[in-house]
Amino acid sequence: MIDDRVDNGRRRFLTAVTGGMGVIGGVFAATPFVLSMAPSERAKAAGAPVEIDISKLEPGQMIKEIWRGNPVWVVSRTPEMIESLQQVEGELRDPDSDNSIQPGFAQNDYRSLKPEILVLIGICTHLGCSPVQKFAIGPESGISDDWPGGFFCPCHGSKFDLAGRVYQQVPAPTNMVVPPYKYISDSLILIGEVGEA
Amino acid sequence: MSKFMAWVDERFPATKVWEEHLAKYYAPKNFNFWYYFGSLATVLLVLQILTGIFLTIHYKPDVELAFASVEYIMRDVQWGWLIRYMHTTGASFFFIVIYLHMFRALLYGSHRKPRELIWLIGCVIYVALMAESFMGYLLPWGNMSYWGAQVIISLFTAIPLVGEGLAEWVRGDYVISDATLNRFFAFHVILIPLILAALVFLHIVALHKVGSNNPDGIDIKKNKDAKGVPVDGIPFHPYYTVKDLVGLVVFLILFCLVLFFLPEFFGIFLEKDNFAPASALQTPEDIVPLWYFTPYYSILRANTVNFFWIDAKLWGVIFMGLAIALFFVLPWLDRSPVRSIRYRGFQYKLWLTLFVISFIVLGYLGFKNPDNVDLFLFKNVIWAQIFTIIYFLFFFLLPFYSKSEKTKPVPERVNFK
Repeated sequence: MIDDRVDNGRRRFLTAVTGGMGVIGGVFAATPFVLSMAPSERAKAAGAPVEIDISKLEPGQMIKEIWRGNPVWVVSRTPEMIESLQQVEGELRDPDSDNSIQPGFAQNDYRSLKPEILVLIGICTHLGCSPVQKFAIGPESGISDDWPGGFFCPCHGSKFDLAGRVYQQVPAPTNMVVPPYKYISDSLILIGEVGEA
Repeated sequence: MSKFMAWVDERFPATKVWEEHLAKYYAPKNFNFWYYFGSLATVLLVLQILTGIFLTIHYKPDVELAFASVEYIMRDVQWGWLIRYMHTTGASFFFIVIYLHMFRALLYGSHRKPRELIWLIGCVIYVALMAESFMGYLLPWGNMSYWGAQVIISLFTAIPLVGEGLAEWVRGDYVISDATLNRFFAFHVILIPLILAALVFLHIVALHKVGSNNPDGIDIKKNKDAKGVPVDGIPFHPYYTVKDLVGLVVFLILFCLVLFFLPEFFGIFLEKDNFAPASALQTPEDIVPLWYFTPYYSILRANTVNFFWIDAKLWGVIFMGLAIALFFVLPWLDRSPVRSIRYRGFQYKLWLTLFVISFIVLGYLGFKNPDNVDLFLFKNVIWAQIFTIIYFLFFFLLPFYSKSEKTKPVPERVNFK
């Protein structure tokens, strides 16, 4: 026998439950598509931390490496270079790096873990050009007679000191970025990860 | 023929659709110059899709090959230069036409009740068009393509907590890379054109449901003859199809002038930095977005103050988003009893004029270095701040004066000579 009375409450409930299950199923089905757009394993591998061997880096020298498509600089600073950091403080826009990007450990007078080794992302904070090293002092640098050594951006003339801190009266707004890094040993730096020194 | 149509009509509503939307779609007889831009936008959409298909035949979405494949189209593909210039010139003209089409709505109140949905769908079309052109601009893989995308995608990083992850998800990498180029290609040629076509269909369906507005902003359906045809209405076909064809001819003359003689349009339609391939290590002197985004870029850069514990960069993104989002609520901000500017008071005319001026000046300032003085007295950034305030005041003051200001009496029939 067929009962032709319609139980609307029951029908609505079943429709709602079916619809709800459909939505949940839809979310699961959409997940692979959403995740497929995230960085692939190959991109992740290319963006993985890079090791830099600094055993052959002499004081006053700089080496460049690429990490995540950006140039990373490692500078071995001489005692005179470290001394110059204090002398220029009055001419800097953000001497204490309050408005700049760096890992917490690098917000100090040297912007580094060890005073003599500076690690920077070699990109000007103005519009992303790569500044050039101007380590020569005074007239020899071609910048000014009292230039204490630092970095100079050829695009719009931004100037940075030997800790990547920006000078006043130049277009770059903040200090150059210090990437996350840690020492694996005294002569090996890992860029892209922070941890125990 | 009639036998054939009868056969078809039994199976598909061909005659019904033809009559409803063309032969017996009654549009007000007083359409003027401002009513060309809807049909011109449709023509441009078709042109973009057509030229786009022919470009994909030769283009290669790969960072190693993309730039060279565009140059190959320009130099070696037969008539490739013409097809590509049609596409690039078409993109800029599309925005000119869309901006004039939107301005028409503000003039005659075409966004007001009962046409809010037409306007809302139109706003979504506008946003989809911006996404379409932004992604398309990465494809030639020129240096401005690269850095423009870099700057715009890095805007996501201003969003707290999820911003960085979101930017990585959009790029598919930690930097703009092959992954980004490939997906932008997919979105530019498949996803967004499909969405656009669907939205344009909805836009027209909604328009034909309520009927077209007109320069007097009055309802022609209130006054119908014995057959139920509006006395101030004329069939869209043949009257407006012919009128729009005349408009199209004039438009094509201007379009071809640019296409053949000024395809770069003084470095505005095609920027000089984009004639060099993308380089991660060499930033262009000034990163400038495409001209139709410069008003919003100016608003973004005008935010230079941190307040309420929120960073200036995030405020910039918020205000830029708001500058576009406010268009969506415009029909509800406007509370005037009349639609058309012909019968509105002085204040709306004044603020609409100021709004247009601020949009143009902000657009101009978007090309310029904020710290220079290109107008007079103040640095560009100060002018950008002044005109950003005017831009927003247009929206924020509208609910107040539009209700109270004195309007002129609206006529019974449309003005028509």
